[in-house]
Amino acid sequence: MSGVPIGVVRFPGTNCDEDVRSAVAGTPGARPVWLWHKERDLQRVRGIVLAGGFSYGDYLRAGAIARFSPIMEEVVRFARAGGPVLGICNGFQILTEAGLLPGALMRNNRLSFVCRPQWLRVESTGSPFTARYAPGERVLFPIAHGEGNYVAEPAVLDDLEAEGRVVFRYVDETGAVTPEANPNGSARNIAGIQDATGRVVGLMPHPDRAMETLLGSADGRRVFEGLVEAAA
Amino acid sequence: MRARAEVFVQLKPGMLDPQGETLEHALEGMGYESVDEMRVGKWITFRVEGSDPEEISERVEEMCRRLLANPVIERYRFEISDEESAG
Repeated sequence: MSGVPIGVVRFPGTNCDEDVRSAVAGTPGARPVWLWHKERDLQRVRGIVLAGGFSYGDYLRAGAIARFSPIMEEVVRFARAGGPVLGICNGFQILTEAGLLPGALMRNNRLSFVCRPQWLRVESTGSPFTARYAPGERVLFPIAHGEGNYVAEPAVLDDLEAEGRVVFRYVDETGAVTPEANPNGSARNIAGIQDATGRVVGLMPHPDRAMETLLGSADGRRVFEGLVEAAA
Repeated sequence: MRARAEVFVQLKPGMLDPQGETLEHALEGMGYESVDEMRVGKWITFRVEGSDPEEISERVEEMCRRLLANPVIERYRFEISDEESAG
């Protein structure tokens, strides 16, 4: 198989690995490569996706144990060297636990697991993952999480805003940031953020489940196209 | 020496605790209306060996900081007791 190798990390409890594999495989020029949590060999992948699910049963805190797995040491090294890394849902939680992204994801404020299509606004196009979107564009990605309430110290939130590192925000269908559009209580309706370089992005919504118009939305495709372009 | 460690983890003050709030409301519904500021935390116990209490304490502190608690949202405290005298 040819194409840019993109690693898809699997932990015990990861359950969106097939969605991500399929999303990568369906992106022109890309080739998915499984990365098992016990491995230290990144198999020369050029980009990495941490898929959603419940790694290690979400025991203790979501992402807390996955962060110390052998593969994550290599993912952190890869990210620090400038490799593009995307964390979706549980992957986002793991990236915050690993310290690659600031803040933390707490239990949803409305006591329930939320599973529905969600409008988002693209706030930053400074990341390879969002380079193919228009600034302020409204997109529809599914969400499915019980612990997606993004929190960080006010100073950290101010820095994220000032540096244009808020990547996605929860909005209503008109594109307005409202409390009602916020599915989990996240600070400032934040759905996704990036690191200082823009090459590490974490988000709670699932671009991997927004790949086909027939299934509700194909808005997520450009996230993967951007990943492949950055990895090439 | 062999010691017994007890680690207590709780969300920082000011952090929304939906579990605590829900329990509080449930208790109110049961007639316990005087309940306030309910928080749900974690109580982790384990045995640990080390050369002396200071060394054990330092290691448990490190375990808390690195894994058992997330300092961004949680605070923790722990107690170390001698396995023999703990009974």
